[in-house]
Amino acid sequence: MSKQSFSGLSLIWRGLNRHRGWQNQWRKAAPKPRYDAVIVGGGGHGLGTAYYLAQEHGLTNIAVLEKGWIGGGNTGRNTTIIRSNYLFNESAALYDHSLRMWENLSQALNYNVMFSARGVMMLAHTVHDVQVSKRHIHANRCNGVDNEWLDPQQAKEFCPLLNIGDNIRYPVLGAALQRRGGTARHDAVAWGYARAADALGVDIIENCEVTGIRRDARGVEALETTRGLIYARKVGVSAAGHSSAVLGLAGVKLPLESFPLQALVSEPIKPIFPCVVMSNTIHAYVSQSDKGELVIGAGTDAYTSYTQRGALHINMHTLDAICELFPNFRRLRMLRNWGGIVDVTPDRSPIIAKTPVPGLYVNCGWGTGGFKATPGSAHLFAWTIARDEPHPINAPFTIERFRDGYLIDEAAAAAVAH
Amino acid sequence: MLLIPCPYCGERPEIEFTHGGQAHLVRPAQPADLDDQAWAEFLYMRTNTKGIHAERWRHAHGCGQFFNALRDTTTDHFLAVYKIGTPRPAT
Repeated sequence: MSKQSFSGLSLIWRGLNRHRGWQNQWRKAAPKPRYDAVIVGGGGHGLGTAYYLAQEHGLTNIAVLEKGWIGGGNTGRNTTIIRSNYLFNESAALYDHSLRMWENLSQALNYNVMFSARGVMMLAHTVHDVQVSKRHIHANRCNGVDNEWLDPQQAKEFCPLLNIGDNIRYPVLGAALQRRGGTARHDAVAWGYARAADALGVDIIENCEVTGIRRDARGVEALETTRGLIYARKVGVSAAGHSSAVLGLAGVKLPLESFPLQALVSEPIKPIFPCVVMSNTIHAYVSQSDKGELVIGAGTDAYTSYTQRGALHINMHTLDAICELFPNFRRLRMLRNWGGIVDVTPDRSPIIAKTPVPGLYVNCGWGTGGFKATPGSAHLFAWTIARDEPHPINAPFTIERFRDGYLIDEAAAAAVAH
Repeated sequence: MLLIPCPYCGERPEIEFTHGGQAHLVRPAQPADLDDQAWAEFLYMRTNTKGIHAERWRHAHGCGQFFNALRDTTTDHFLAVYKIGTPRPAT
């Protein structure tokens, strides 16, 4: 099947022709009885996995099953922040692999994912914050990840709205800046991967929930779904907050707990906010979308839940912090808020690995920070499924690390929010 | 915000409570006798139930007591609360 290629010229040409003739971006596929491999979960990670399976590993008789609609889960609910300034070597390799793929993703997919390396600035408010931030900066630099220290004046020059006065409860003492970090358009990531995978023959099947996983002596045999039985010897589960539920169908237990994580946006305003600002100590995440809304990330709720909604006081806590850091925002009205369900591991690092069931693979545990990893995660998960062994980058991110004591404890590396 | 029925104090807003995770996890009597797999199961593996979940809460900014609750994680409705050390009620 030939896909329309996007370019400036094609846009002008279609515009002159009253925008007639644009094609659907992917087919509405019906499930076939048998595939070589099936990906469960049609978010960015799952669609990307299917794309790389087809594009790099030549597996084209594959399908992506999505119980709702493409990109309707956490891919469409996150705050689109991209960075790779993680403390440990394993994490830095993983997230920087992803960041390097973001830089060329629009060209690779012929789809504008609007990646914008506008810089991610993480604020320090206490002496402890300053020490930990500097430790991160040195560790990142040893791993080839850019990160630099800014004093309060330099931080204000980078983000002029920032209040660096000493009239707030936790004054800004400095900031760590990753200039290569930034944002991307989350929906475009799902749509771009779906379109590119579809063009390589991948079936994208929406409204198809997995209700059972059949096993035989060789391992995975078939998936029971709301749209019938689908045979496949390789199944990759990329189901975010529902990973425990899906893997539970095959009798695999995971070290995960699923929490609601909320975000909100303000009314749209003219461009005033040039970067991403994060503060872990007083919990604020803010950036401005190309539509003009301030995109604000709140924390997880206190309890496990699958409701995709959370409590207002969690949002208020974040807004309190943002109003102190950016007094200009106090009179802004908030437009909407929502929640997603995030699967959190004990060490706040993901799992991209084989499971004890042959032919069954899992990509989960991204917690509150999976969007930034979308291309790298998908790329490594496809490798793991195609070759039945992990890529060196994701080799440490197993389920067995919890048994063997090789945690990648970004949870304890406290300057990193997840 | 949830209204949580503390078995000692009655319904109180969620901000008075801390969540204590999955209930009825019993620390093995002889941890040294466990192999690594069994110890990892105790430390890290969780049911992460989608549906009716038995969990611990503590009324931290109230009576200070721990208690157990059954909550439907697909709706956040509390179905029952019961005291620590008592078995999970039938639902």
